[in-house]
Parts: sequence; structure tokens; C-alpha cells
Amino acid sequence: MIGKLHARAQQLRATLWTMIVPPSAWAAHFLACYLLAAITCAKLGRTAPVDRTHLIVGGFTLLALLVIAASAFIAWAQRRIEGDPPPHDDSTDEDRLRFLATATLMLAALSAVAVIYVAASALFFEDCR
Amino acid sequence: MSVDPQDDPAVRRAQADRLSAVWASPKGLFLRWTDTNNNRVGAWYVITAFAFFLFAGALALLMRAQLAMPDNDLVGPSTFNQLFTLHGSMMMFLFAVPMFEATAMLLLPQLLAARDLPFPRLSAFGYWSFLIGGVFVAGSIFFGAAPDGGWFMYPPLTTEPEQSGIGADIWMLGLSFIEVSSIAAAVELIVGVLKCRPPGMRLNLMPLYAWYILVVAVMILFAFPPLIAGDILFELERLLDWPFFDAARGGDPLLWQHLFWIFGHPEVYIVFLPSIAIFAMVVPTFAQRHMLGYAWIVLAAVGTGFLSFGLWVHHMFTTGLPGISLAFFSAASEAVAIPTAVQIFVFIATLWAGRVVWSTPLLYAAGSLAIFTLGGLTGVMVAIAPFDWQAHDSYFVVAHLHYVLIGGTVLPLIGGLYYYWPLLTRRKLSDRLGKIAFWLMFAGANIAFFPMHFSGLLGMPRRVYSYPEALGVGGLNLASTIGAYLFAAGMAVIVLDLVWPRSHPPVVRNLWNAGTLEWLAETDDTNWGVRSVPIVLSRYPLWDDPDFLRKVDEGRFYLPDAEEGKRETLVTSVIDAVPIQVLRLAGPSIIPLATAVALGGVFILTTFHLYLAATISGIVTLALILFWLWTGTGLQPEKPEKHVGLGLSLPLYISGSRSAGWWAMFITMMGDATAWASLVFGYFFYWTIHPVFPPAAAPGLAGPGVFWPMAAMALILAGWIGTIAARELYARGVVLAARLTLVAATLLSLAGGLASLAGPWLHGLDPARHVYPAIVWVLASWVSAHVAAGIIMQLYCLAGSFAGRLTPQYDGDLRNITVYQHFLALSAAITFPVIGLFPEVAR
Repeated sequence: MIGKLHARAQQLRATLWTMIVPPSAWAAHFLACYLLAAITCAKLGRTAPVDRTHLIVGGFTLLALLVIAASAFIAWAQRRIEGDPPPHDDSTDEDRLRFLATATLMLAALSAVAVIYVAASALFFEDCR
Repeated sequence: MSVDPQDDPAVRRAQADRLSAVWASPKGLFLRWTDTNNNRVGAWYVITAFAFFLFAGALALLMRAQLAMPDNDLVGPSTFNQLFTLHGSMMMFLFAVPMFEATAMLLLPQLLAARDLPFPRLSAFGYWSFLIGGVFVAGSIFFGAAPDGGWFMYPPLTTEPEQSGIGADIWMLGLSFIEVSSIAAAVELIVGVLKCRPPGMRLNLMPLYAWYILVVAVMILFAFPPLIAGDILFELERLLDWPFFDAARGGDPLLWQHLFWIFGHPEVYIVFLPSIAIFAMVVPTFAQRHMLGYAWIVLAAVGTGFLSFGLWVHHMFTTGLPGISLAFFSAASEAVAIPTAVQIFVFIATLWAGRVVWSTPLLYAAGSLAIFTLGGLTGVMVAIAPFDWQAHDSYFVVAHLHYVLIGGTVLPLIGGLYYYWPLLTRRKLSDRLGKIAFWLMFAGANIAFFPMHFSGLLGMPRRVYSYPEALGVGGLNLASTIGAYLFAAGMAVIVLDLVWPRSHPPVVRNLWNAGTLEWLAETDDTNWGVRSVPIVLSRYPLWDDPDFLRKVDEGRFYLPDAEEGKRETLVTSVIDAVPIQVLRLAGPSIIPLATAVALGGVFILTTFHLYLAATISGIVTLALILFWLWTGTGLQPEKPEKHVGLGLSLPLYISGSRSAGWWAMFITMMGDATAWASLVFGYFFYWTIHPVFPPAAAPGLAGPGVFWPMAAMALILAGWIGTIAARELYARGVVLAARLTLVAATLLSLAGGLASLAGPWLHGLDPARHVYPAIVWVLASWVSAHVAAGIIMQLYCLAGSFAGRLTPQYDGDLRNITVYQHFLALSAAITFPVIGLFPEVAR
């Protein structure tokens, strides 16, 4: 199963757009959390409990982390395509793919950390104050 | 063995002569200002931005003189307000951002072995706009009319014409004008990085400087439009009394703060990243090795670019927003420290692993990283909301931001100046003076700003013209003043070094033994950029291929000649830099200067409420732009293809998504869509702050109804589909049907634009009464104005079709306006349901 997915992932095209999927997932998650909190707090009042907000933020977080994980998996698979010898900085298809995959993988790690940071901060609140 | 024509020195000399003639700068007292070459325009840009920097620095010295002693009376409160407002605004809008654009304009084509950026006249236009707007804003202080509301211009103080004079208008309109030119530069730089790289330079080989520029230009595209949207609302309030920020009539000053800081925080990184990018070039040169962790730097640049958009509310921690919202922004503010630190560690690691050649530019790099890191540490502190509540609006923040900006922007730029001066002028600056200046500035910055942490914690607020002796910060302030003047003395040494006449002979080419392409620049005055456009197979070709320089110079790569007497550069594909086109570049012209003057007229005349004159200036601007486009863009080449060397023939014209023009349109519209999204954000912002929004129906407050907004949406979407159909028909050579379809699409768009205004008009929405009618009018007018621009484009294409400049083969214009229509359709498909249907749901 994993092997098959791995092989499929290696076939996918990597571009500048795919590279920014993980940070875009962070951005979407951040915006969604912010808007959710802003609207909840404005419409329900500062002292209303935010239990439901916690659940929804949790849902957003899971979704964002799934997207980031998928992107990271594809990047990880693409990074392992065999080809040119190290240090992988030649003008070849393999090295270009490898670079985009490496950058995507690292952006995925950063984005995952940033998503968790943002989500974790919500847990400290029982209401909007 | 076949004989390479490039082996013949006579052939090479003839080619070089032709290239020289084509790329020669116009001469003469007047004509020289019509130049559009990036070398020349970039140099003007740098000098102008540096002059504004010195001016804004002098304002700071006046402030420090005033604050040297308690209860001082050197300048009064009104002048002091103007001084700090203009100091901050100029440093940000007239120095930091333009300086990035200027250096990128100078260096980027050379780094990419392109002969120029893809739209040289746009660069020149941007420069002239910057100069006119900058002189207008900076000059206002000599008339006591400078803006005085702080560089962030918070309403309601600034929207009240009696509280703040004409200064606020000068700020809004003068700087809006410059923001437009910044976006133009961003478009130019993005297309330059993506489409004008040399063959073989795939994404993984791009110089790190180009990566940073790409990221920063994209950030400008998303950061500046919210501010422009805010400016529009702000000026509508000041000029027409539409109450967007007036709480009495349903507005909210906080909306301005949101829009300003959505711009303002990324802005910090917009000015920091391109300066640190210079280090990404300096460090490998003086470590004499490849940069370690290339992908880590890309991660840092892209990661910082994204995260910096999630920080804006940390400037608003004390505005009473819900704690849970503050927490999100606090978390993101801490997260951004990760990528910022990554790049600093990569620089240190590269130096560690290399054989360091100690030099003046490297001294600046080391010193500025130390200062920047101190600023970063206090940044981590103020990112924590409870700490910020204590430090907010105190001198602690002044200390923090100056450490960041001096360490992250000013000193790196000076380091870059010492590094690149030999490239630009063939002369080397004095190492001795450079080091003296460094130590003066390094000591000055610390003596000036370190005590401010304490004066802030002791309770000294920002932006006060004086303080009582009893506060006990007199000694700290005196130290700050001494430090500021020391810093200025260092800057004076640099100015001296720059203007000092030099008699020694020109330096050798590639003086520092660097590995990247910008050092291909030749020592005699050649404007062509590179002798031939090379095939690049590594990140540091000058190090990795000992023969590289000779082959470039002997014209053994692409485009070694200018047979047709035209300025040309190569266009390549985005990811793999496969050559796809020879792009003909526009040469010197008076049009960019004239257009900038006319557009400047619109903004400046509006400031003084001379609406008729401003309208005339606007019409002249439009006429000039149309003339510019008609005579200078999308021209049909005399032959479809051209031989570029090494057995390769490339088309002279391409259209659609592979062409530079298409990308420019796409990128511009991304920025435009961001401004529009900010206005939609405003609509929903008002919805969240009001218990009932839209307000209960009353005369002047009714909504635009459902019918007209829906009709407008349908008509505009029909116009969009018509434009697409016209494009498809044209591509298939069915010219008559295509023209008729385009006429129909134009009429549909026209009807849609009018229907959009009919809703608020026929329902009698009074925008001066309440914020609800005002925001509806703004959204409807935004779409209608875009429809109007779309109609001009449709008519332009029709005219082009009849004039024979738009043919099924040469259909770039039609393809580009379709991109515009996609975005117009998107904005209509969201705006009209929002203003037409949302009130039904909300009630």
C-alpha cells in the first residue's frame, strides 16, 4: 500500500505551486481560526464559553495537518528518486525535482510547527477574554 | 571540424559594435533622462532613495537634539509631530522599499545574465513616480504642512480635517502614488526572476538573491493592496465625508488599523529580506565556498514570507481585541523566529566551513547580524501580549524596531554598497574609511538605542516632544542623542567616501573573486549587460567552469549579436529555464516620464481639491498609457523566428501563459484582487461589530436590493464569457465572428457596470449618513470602475484588430485582457451576492 502510494507520489509534478502548499495550508488554517474567533467573540460576547470553538479549531487543525502531511509525504517520496550523485546541485531534472522536494519537505515541517503553535494557543482560553 | 564564426576576432568586434550601438544610452542635457536601461534607471533610483534616507535621518537628528535635555524647547510640539511622522514614513516608503527595488533593478538582470528586466519602460515610470511623489511628501515639511499623525496615520485623529491639516492628504495621496509604483516594480521583478533567467538556470540553481527578491516581490503584491484599499476608504472619508472610521455613524477606526498593519507587518520583512539577501551573496564570496544549505535559505525566505502575514495584530495588542485572537497572533509571531534564525545559522555555518577572507563588507555583515539579533530577541519579548501591554507605545518599542531595522536593513545595505561599488563604478571604496564608518555606526547605534530599552521601561512614551526631569530619563536620553550623532558621523564618513575623487585606475573585473553571474560585468562602460547569454549549469559558474568567462566574452553562447538593431533578451520557462522566446525590449522614451508627471498630477491636484484639473490630468494619463501601449508593446516582429546562436532558433513573439506580458497581467491582477478582498473584508468587519447589520431600513439606509446586483453579476459574467469566446474564435481565425462577439461582450460589460451602480443609486443609498451605504457604494463602484477599465481594454483590442496589429497569430493583447476578465468575473461573482443577497440572510 505505502509502496504503491510512494511510487504514485514520485510520478507527480513538482512546481513552485506545489512547494507552497504547506505554508498555504498554514495560512488558510490561521485565517480560519482568526475569523472563527473574531466572529464568535463579536456575536456571542466576550464571556461566552468557547468549547465549540475549541472543537472547530481542532477540526481545522486536523485538516491543515492532513494537507501538510500529504504534501510532505509526496515530497519525501520525490526526494528519494535515484539519479545524479551528490551534492545534487546540477542542472538536471533529478536535481531540480530533489531541490523542490527538499524545500517542500522543510516548509511542511515549519508549517506543521506553526499550525500547532496557533492551535495550542486556543487551548488556554475558556472564553474570549 | 566545422569552424565557429565566433573564432574570428573581426566578427566578434563587429558584433560588439552593433550591441554597443543598440544599448548606448541617449546623450544630451534633456535626452539622457529618457533612458530606460536598468543600469541607468537603477542608479538614479539608488541615489534618490539614499538622498531621502539622509533627509529622513536629518529629521531624526533634530528630534534627538530636542530630546537631549528634559523640558527642552528647540522645536515645538507641532513641528515635532511632523518630524517623527515624516521620519518614519520616509524611511519606510521613500527609503527602505524603494532602495530594495533600486538595488534589485541594478543587480537582478546582471545576476540572471539578462540584458535588462522585461519591462524597462515600466521601471522608468516607477522611478519617476517615486521621485515626484517623494519630493511632494518630503517637501511638505518646508511649508509646515507635513503629515503629523504618525507614520500609521491612525484615525479618527487624522480623518478629521480640523485636527490634522492638509498633511494627512499629502501622506495618503503622495504615498499611494508611490505604492502604485512599488507594485509596478514588484510585477517587473517577479516576471524578471521567473521568465528572464539564462538557459539551464533551473529553480535549483537560481542565485539566492533572486529567491529573496521573488519572495519579497510577491509579499509586496499581497501587502501593499490592503493599504491602498485603506487609503481609498480614508480619502473618501476626508474628501467626501463617507464615515468608514467614524464610530458615530457606524464606522470603526480599528478597520484602518487592521488594513494598515496587514500591510505594515509584512512590510518589516519586505525591507529586511532583500537586505539580508545581499549577505547571501557576500557570505559565499568571502567564505570562498558554495553556500551551505541552499534549500534552507529558500525555506527561510519562503517561510518568513508566509508567516509574516500572520503577525499584524501584534501591533494591536492593546486595542481591546479578544484575548483568544491575540493568542493566535502571538503564536505566529513566535513561529516566525524559526525561519529568521535558520538563515542566520546558515550564514554562520558557511563562514565556519569556508576559508574566510576578512573584508569591509563582511565586517558589516557580522556587525549587522549582531545588532539584528538583539532586535530579534526584544521582538520575541514584545510578541508576548502581556509583556507588550507594558511596553506598548513606550521607548522600548522604539529601541526594538531600530535594532531590527538598522541591523536588518541599513547596515546590510551599507555592506552591500562596499561590496557592489566596484561592480557599478569600477572603483573601490576606501577600506579604511569603511571600517571607521562601521565602528562609528556600530557604536552609535548601540549607544543611541540600547538606553531606550530602559527609558521605555521607566515609562517614557513614544512620540512626545519633551519629558519632565522628574521622570529620571534625562541621562538615558542624553546618551541616545550622543549615539544618534555618532551614527550620523559614521554616515557622514560614508558620504565622504562616496564623493571623494579617486585617481587610482579602475579595479580588475570580479575584484572579490566571486562565483556568481553579476561579476561578468565588464570593466569598460558597456551597457549591454552580458556579451552573450550563457548556459548556466551550476550555482557558482565563475568558480566551477574556468572557461566560462572567456566563452561569454567571445560571444559563444546565445544572442551575441544585434543584427536587426533591436534591444533583445531571452525569455525562458519558469521551472527549468528552457529558452522559449527572444523578447524585444523597448528603448529610451519620454513616455514613462510624461506618464508619471501626468499621474502625479492626478494625486497632487486632488490633494489640493482641484478636482477639475485632476480630472484633466487623469484623462491625459489615460491617453499617454494608451499611446505607450499602442506604440511600444505587443509589436509584430518583422520575421517570426530568429537564430540566437548554438544552432537554436526562437520565436520573436509568443502569447498566452508562456509570455512575459501574460504573467505581468496575472501578477498585477493578484495584487488588484487583494485590494478588492480587503474591501470585502471591510464589509464583513462592519457586520461583526454591529449587532444588526445592515441597519434597520430608514431613508438613505436601504440596501441595493436583490435585482440590480444580480443583474449586474449576470451581465458582467456574460461579458466575461463573451471575451473568452472572442479569444477562442480569434485563435481559430474566425475574425469577423470574433469581432462581433467582442463588441457584444463590451456592451454586456457596459450594461453590467451600470447595473452595478443602479442598485445603490435607485435605492437612494446615502453614503455620508452611515457606514453601511458607504461600504456598499465602495464595493459597487470598485466593480464598475474595473468594468470601465475592462471596456477600454476590449475597445483597445477591437481597434487593434481593425488596425491589423492584433491578428490570429499575434493575439497577445486579447489573451492578456482575458486574464483581466477572469479576475473581473471573480470579483463580480462574489461582490454582488455579498451586497445583494447577504442582507437577506443576515436579517
